[in-house]
Amino acid sequence: MGWYARSLGKRKIFEFIVLLVFVFFFLGPLLNLVLLAFSGKWQYPAMLPQIWSLEWWSFVLTKEEVLSSISLSFGIAAIVTVASILICIPAAYAFARIRFPLSRWFLFSFLLTNAFPKMGLYVSIAVLFYQVGLMNTLLGIVLIHIVNTLMFMTWIPAAAFKSVHQAQEESARDVGAGPFRVFWHITLPMALPGILVASIFTFLSSLDEAQGTFMVGIPDFKTMPLVMYSIVEDYPSTAGAVFSIIMTLPTIILLMGARRFVNADVMSSGFQMK
Amino acid sequence: MDVKEEEVLLSIRSLQKTYKTGDGVRDINLDIRKGELITLLGPSGCGKTTVLRTIGGFLNPDAGEVKIENQSILHLPPEKRPTAMVFQSYNLWPHMTVYDNLAFGLKLRKTGKQQIREKVEQVLKLVRLPGTEKKYPSQLSGGQQQRVAVARALLLEPKVLLLDEPFSALDAKLRMEMREELREIQAAGNLTMVFVTHDQEEALSISDRIVVMNSGRIEQVASPQDIYDQPSSLFVAQFIGRMNFLNGQASKDGIQVQSLRFGNDKGLAGEVTVAVRPEDMVMQDPSAAGMSGTVRQVMVLGHYAEVSVETPAGMTKVFLPREEARALLTGAEVHLGISRATAYSKTS
Ligand SMILES: Nc1ncnc2c1ncn2[C@@H]1O[C@H](COP(=O)(O)OP(=O)(O)O)[C@@H](O)[C@H]1O
Ligand SMILES: [Mg+2]
Repeated sequence: MGWYARSLGKRKIFEFIVLLVFVFFFLGPLLNLVLLAFSGKWQYPAMLPQIWSLEWWSFVLTKEEVLSSISLSFGIAAIVTVASILICIPAAYAFARIRFPLSRWFLFSFLLTNAFPKMGLYVSIAVLFYQVGLMNTLLGIVLIHIVNTLMFMTWIPAAAFKSVHQAQEESARDVGAGPFRVFWHITLPMALPGILVASIFTFLSSLDEAQGTFMVGIPDFKTMPLVMYSIVEDYPSTAGAVFSIIMTLPTIILLMGARRFVNADVMSSGFQMK
Repeated sequence: MDVKEEEVLLSIRSLQKTYKTGDGVRDINLDIRKGELITLLGPSGCGKTTVLRTIGGFLNPDAGEVKIENQSILHLPPEKRPTAMVFQSYNLWPHMTVYDNLAFGLKLRKTGKQQIREKVEQVLKLVRLPGTEKKYPSQLSGGQQQRVAVARALLLEPKVLLLDEPFSALDAKLRMEMREELREIQAAGNLTMVFVTHDQEEALSISDRIVVMNSGRIEQVASPQDIYDQPSSLFVAQFIGRMNFLNGQASKDGIQVQSLRFGNDKGLAGEVTVAVRPEDMVMQDPSAAGMSGTVRQVMVLGHYAEVSVETPAGMTKVFLPREEARALLTGAEVHLGISRATAYSKTS
C-alpha cells in the first residue's frame, strides 16, 4: 500500500506545481496589469506600487480619441454581429438540413480564411477594396471583420441545428405548423444556445480585430485596438494598462454572461465535420 | 377479409414508394374502418414506417392513392392532414413545458385560452399525468414523455392516429402497461389508429386486425386469431409465434408426415413444409398413428413445459402442461400426434 500512497503523493505534488505555474503565467500578468493601472509610482524592486493613483484612468477616459474609439468599436461589433447572423444562420441551417453536393467542402472552405497568414489575406482584400472604393469605409471594415467570423458563425449554429432532431420538427408540422412556424417556434429556439455562443464570439472577435481594420480603415476609423497601439507607443505603460483593462472588460462580462450556454457540448459539436 | 365500402375511413390503394437505394414498399392495399386499431407488423426494414409516413404526409409516394373519408389526402402537407403521428422518440420540444407542448397545436388553431386550459387538463388526466403542466420534458421519464406525446396527438382529434413503434424504447413491463392503456383509450373514444410495431406479441395483444408485412409487401391482413391459427404464408408462419416445421409429402390423397395424414385443401403436390404450433403437438398412445421420437430436453416455463423431441421429421418442440411433463425424462421414447397443422409448398 505504501508505494500507492507515495505515488499518489507525488502526483498530488506534481498537480500542485502545474497549478502554480498556470496561476503564475496566466494570472500573474493580469494581476500585474491591474496593479499597474492603479499605480502612481511603482519602482523596482518593490512588490507593490509605492503610490496608488487613478491619474491615468482620468487621462485615458477624458481623451476624446479613446472615447470615440470605444463607441466606434462597439458600434462596428454590433453591426458585424447582426450582419453575420443574417448571413450565416440561413447558411448554417442549410448545411445542417440540406444534403447538397460538396456541402462538406463549403464548410471546410471557411477554415481556409483562418489558415492563411492573415496579413496576406488582408493585403489581397485591400487591393480588391481599393478598386471598388471600399477603402476607408465602414462597409469595408464590416466586411473584413465578417471574413473572420464566417467560420464559427456557420459551424457552431450548424451543429446546433443538427442537434434538433427531425422528429421534433416533424411533430410540429404534424400539429399544424407550416415550415416557417416550425423554424420560428421549434428549430430556432432549440438552436439558440449555439447561436448565442457564436454571436458572442463574433462580437468579441470584432472588438479585438486590429490588422484588417488597420489595412482598410486608416485613417478615419480608429477602433479600440488601433488606439491601443498608439497609446502604448506614446504614453507610459500605465496608460496602456488602463486601456487594456477597458478592452478586456467587455470580454469578461460577455463570457460570464455566456457561461450558461457555453458548455463543452456546444463547443465540440461545433467543430465536427459531418 | 374485406371491409364494406361504407365503413371505410382510410383507404390505401396500390401504394408504391421506392427509395433511391431500391428499397421501399409496393402493392399496398388496405381499408381501415372507423374505430379500428390496425397494426402494421413486420421485421425491421420491411417498410412499415414508409407506409405510415406516407399516410402522415412526410413522404410522397411514387404511385397509388390514400383517401380519408373518400377524399384524397395526398396533395395535403402534414399540417393540413386530418392525421396525427406519435413517433418512436424525440416527440416533445424540450424548450417548452408540458402545457406548451400540448397547447401549441391548439393555439395554432386559434382555440380560446380558457378552452385550451380545460382540454389540456382533461387530456393529461386521460393519459394519467394530471398536474404535470409546468414540467419540462427532461423532467419526465421516457414513459411519461410518450404519454404526453400521445396526449398531444389526441388533443388534435385526428381522424386517424398514427403511431410508429411508440413504446419500443421503453422497458418490457412499462411497454405492456402503456399498450393496455392505449387500447383502453382507443376503445373508449372509438378512435381509429394505425399502430406500427415489429413486436408480434404487441401486435397480437392490442390489434383488431394485423397487417403482416415482408420486404415492402403485405403478406396477410387478418385478425390476431386468424393470423395465429391460419398463417397464409410460410413467412407469416415463421414470423408469428412459435412454430415447428416438419417435412411432409403432398399428394391427391392428402399430406403425409411420417404415419400421420392431413387433408390437402390447398391442392399442394410434392415436398411440402408442414407447420405445427408446439401446443398443437400431443402425446399419444404408441398404437395410434403418429411419429415416434426421443425426448432431448424438458424445460419448465411457469405453468407449462417446453419439451424438445427428436423425430425423423426434424427436431420438434412440444408444449405440455407442467404436470404431464413431470413424468418425461431425457432420452425417453414418446409418440407424437398433431391436432392441427398447415402445409406450405417448399418453393414459395
Ligand atoms: N430515406 C430513405 N432513403 C433510402 N432508403 C430508405 C429510407 N428510409 C427507409 N429506407 C429503406 O426502406 C426500407 C423500409 O424502411 P422502413 O419503412 O423504415 O422500415 P421499417 O419501419 O419497417 O423498419 C428499409 O430497407 C430502409 O433501409
Ligand atoms: Mg420503422
